[in-house]
Amino acid sequence: MMAEAILLTIVTASTPLLLAAIGELVAERSGVLNLGVEGMMIMGAVCGFAFAAMSGNAAVGVVGAILAGMAMAALFGFLTLVLVANQVATGLALTLLGLGLSGLIGDPFTGKAGVKVQAIYIPYLTDIPLIGRLVFGQDPLVYVAVALTIAVSWFLFRTRGGLILRAVGDNHASAHALGYSVVRVRFLAVLFGGACAGLGGAYLSLAYTTQWLENMTAGRGWIALALVVFSSWLPSRLAIGALLFGAVGILQLHAQALGLGIPSQFLSSLPYLTTILVLVLISGNRLLLRANTPACLGQSFVPDR
Amino acid sequence: MLRVELVRRPERSVRMAILSPVLAVALTVATGFIVFWAIGIDPFRALYIYFVEPWTQAWSLQEIVVKAIPITMIAIGLSLCYLANTWNIGAEGQLVIGAIVGSSIPILFPEWQTPLTLPSMLILAIAGGMAYAAIPATLKIRFGTNEILTSLMLVYVANLLLDWLVRGPWRNPQGYNFPGSVDFSDAASLPILISGGRLHLGLIFTILVVLVAWFALRRTITGFEINVLGQAPRAAAFAGFSRNRMILITFLVSGGLAGLAGIQEVAGPIGKLDVVISPGYGFTAIIVAFLGRLNPIAIPVAGIVLALSYIGGESAQIMLGLSGKTARVFQGILLFYVLACDSFILYRLRFVRTPARQVAESAT
Amino acid sequence: MLKNLITGAAALSLALAVGTANAQEKLKIGFINVGPKNDGGWTQGHWTGAEAVRKHFGDKVEITFIENVPEGQDAERAIEGLARAGNKLIFTTSFGFMDPTIKVAEKFPDVKFEHATGFRTAPNVTTYNARFYEGRYIIGQIAAKMSKKGVAGYIVSFPIPEVVMGINSFMLGAQSVNPDFKLKIVWVNTWMDPAKEADAAKALFDQGVDIITQHTDSTAPLQIAQERGLLGFGQAHDMYDAAPKAQLTAIIDNWGPYYIARTQAVLDGTWKSQSSWDGLKEGTVQMGAYTNMPDDVAAAAKEMEAKIKSGEFHPFTGPIYDQEGKERYKAGEVAPDGDLLSMNWYVKGIDDKLPQ
Repeated sequence: MMAEAILLTIVTASTPLLLAAIGELVAERSGVLNLGVEGMMIMGAVCGFAFAAMSGNAAVGVVGAILAGMAMAALFGFLTLVLVANQVATGLALTLLGLGLSGLIGDPFTGKAGVKVQAIYIPYLTDIPLIGRLVFGQDPLVYVAVALTIAVSWFLFRTRGGLILRAVGDNHASAHALGYSVVRVRFLAVLFGGACAGLGGAYLSLAYTTQWLENMTAGRGWIALALVVFSSWLPSRLAIGALLFGAVGILQLHAQALGLGIPSQFLSSLPYLTTILVLVLISGNRLLLRANTPACLGQSFVPDR
Repeated sequence: MLRVELVRRPERSVRMAILSPVLAVALTVATGFIVFWAIGIDPFRALYIYFVEPWTQAWSLQEIVVKAIPITMIAIGLSLCYLANTWNIGAEGQLVIGAIVGSSIPILFPEWQTPLTLPSMLILAIAGGMAYAAIPATLKIRFGTNEILTSLMLVYVANLLLDWLVRGPWRNPQGYNFPGSVDFSDAASLPILISGGRLHLGLIFTILVVLVAWFALRRTITGFEINVLGQAPRAAAFAGFSRNRMILITFLVSGGLAGLAGIQEVAGPIGKLDVVISPGYGFTAIIVAFLGRLNPIAIPVAGIVLALSYIGGESAQIMLGLSGKTARVFQGILLFYVLACDSFILYRLRFVRTPARQVAESAT
Repeated sequence: MLKNLITGAAALSLALAVGTANAQEKLKIGFINVGPKNDGGWTQGHWTGAEAVRKHFGDKVEITFIENVPEGQDAERAIEGLARAGNKLIFTTSFGFMDPTIKVAEKFPDVKFEHATGFRTAPNVTTYNARFYEGRYIIGQIAAKMSKKGVAGYIVSFPIPEVVMGINSFMLGAQSVNPDFKLKIVWVNTWMDPAKEADAAKALFDQGVDIITQHTDSTAPLQIAQERGLLGFGQAHDMYDAAPKAQLTAIIDNWGPYYIARTQAVLDGTWKSQSSWDGLKEGTVQMGAYTNMPDDVAAAAKEMEAKIKSGEFHPFTGPIYDQEGKERYKAGEVAPDGDLLSMNWYVKGIDDKLPQ
């Protein structure tokens, strides 16, 4: 009984991470490193909350959040892909802008009660003991996250579009020589990343809690970045990683409630330490984990004319 | 129909290089003007309070410098890295570790108060920052691991370590269980330069660092190596410049400087090791490095500009009731404009007309 | 010509004198806060108090309310900024502002500072606090009566004396009804993070508690309680609107009367540095309406409230034992204020270890 309850909370804690990370995974697979995930997420959270509060409808909020994330991503894309600005600096600027702007936008909404995305209920299935609520009783965004992960995996490895995207990320010069528009592919990937980050943010303010508070993402965007690397850019591993990263936070609270004496900071540092370990493993030996960093990650591309 | 293209210039445009940051600041001010006007605040007064007024008082002038010191010092170190095309994003973590290592003296040996105490703290802090920066550097050299991600992850680890120390083993026993270490003795604190203010010895260090960096980049072989490696890696390889050596050197230097900045903050304005010792200086320094175009003389100016945006933002809160978040928005906008304008140094716009239009024109 | 000049100068100086006299009449008051004014918790309480001052004194005061100032050295600059802008009475409303307040107070001896929840005073620095533990005792009693499982969950931020005092008072109240009452405590290391507080509430409920209380500022835990059909208590602010089915009562910060009194003292010239610690009696602590409980429980709570107000009962009256079983206060002995303000031990009956 308690195990089921804990699993439920782990799933909800992992969902915003999974949503933001799957978007960033696609962007990074195309060769773009967008450090602005935190900024896009928080804008998604505030716009989602604002739209939902003003319309009284959670779905409107979710759409608003997606649009907000995409708008931020478009700004990033324009600077890094059209004006060829440095990706790292632009991503940081995006985070800065997002955090500040969201605070301004969210001012009138702080402390107000919000609209909640309701969990679904299927008459017999949800009542199944042990796994009922886990599988059939979550709110819609959890299912969206899972569906997205599966869809992205299928897209990347089973469609031509995904092949092109991966090619752009691994060798943009060759992809360009073959006639593919590197800028367009990357722009679309970045927009997708923004949409997902916005959705992840909306989850925080519309489902996880029904509140808006400044900085409420609390670094989850950065965790999502770590998560993408931890998963060695494979969606299937991303889902597991999200559960692990989400679990760390939850289990740490349970450990306290049980009276165990492990320092919480130690537990909290595990996701980052393991991410570094994974990075080392995959870059040192390509065959070891059957994956590697997209070769052109973070590099700007301008075709020579 | 008109199409706009980005075309690479044959060589860097010197005119744009000088004009770009000025243009960026001007655009930011203009945007601020519009934003203030849109939310109903007198834009002239707001801009005055934000950007001009802090210069008019000795106290706020000092505060600008105090704020500019850490970000400038770190930015100088980062600029060396970025010139060599290695991306140290973990300066924030190196700052924290440097502060922790340097603070170990006054916390573990509080009775040792001699003229040697402070210098030892500074040296330890530099060593600590260097050691921490050596991690992502070594991983890159040895395994080819992406240094952006490793240095970033280590920031979290450093902050968590600090959190654990000041709440646990290093917590002040007389502090009523509040987090934070013991207050540092005078022997372990940075001397103040102007009494009554908070301007401390860190200013001298920063000026020295700027001068040394300028000299090193212009006049030494290593500085030359850094420049060439960044701009023409193949030429550098032919010349026998070792990329790995450069990665290590630039990371160590920037890590050491970040560590120094960290202990300066802790032994200076803060006066003890606390839960929060840096409001993101390591990341702000990245902005400063870019705003200063990675040039050791321009970076202090950029540092002042950014410090001004913090101080002005607070004044605006106090005088205008303006929200504190506007400071961050301004910084983000400024950086965006800088990045956008900078691209025009290497590229220019070209307007291309499609043939149909040309035919129509020639027909008239 | 000279006569005109002198008349003009006289008129000008008269005008200036009148002008400055008028300017001096308006008392500028400043507030430095760690959170936003509509956080629904701690900072909002101070905002409400500031508004009460504004309403009471009207044109005689001008209030500047600075939000989101991080504790630490940035605070020093913000406080000094207020002092330099001519504010003569400055309230710094979080423990972490203690050292910055003292430092700035040294530089501005003619400005009066009021620091909340601290312990360092100076000739121009007062510390003030509220006896929230009085409210905690009452809700502890309610919790023991309303909980079917005899276990409550406590969501807390940092192990500072203020918080520990609250936990102990809650437990003492609960134990007065049910000597075997148990407590599960979770530290979230933040004053306000709705997502984390929600997680903590879920974890506690999943571990079998059926009633929660908190020393953190958001309404998230109560909302979780309401979702699960369980009960809880509001903190710093009446949280009834956020969770009408779950809130039993709330401990409400009511700084208005204190702030008005201190402002009046400055205007009258009678302001003196002190360490003030008001409670239910002075109205600085208020209890929210007693809802979602049977009438007899509500009546008993009101009775206890009256007893504390009249001074007839003090929550920390012995016999009180600590976790090791040592008797800290003998029967009938009341814990002195100083002990409470530096409390770093748990009362007997709490199984968790205090984080060291």
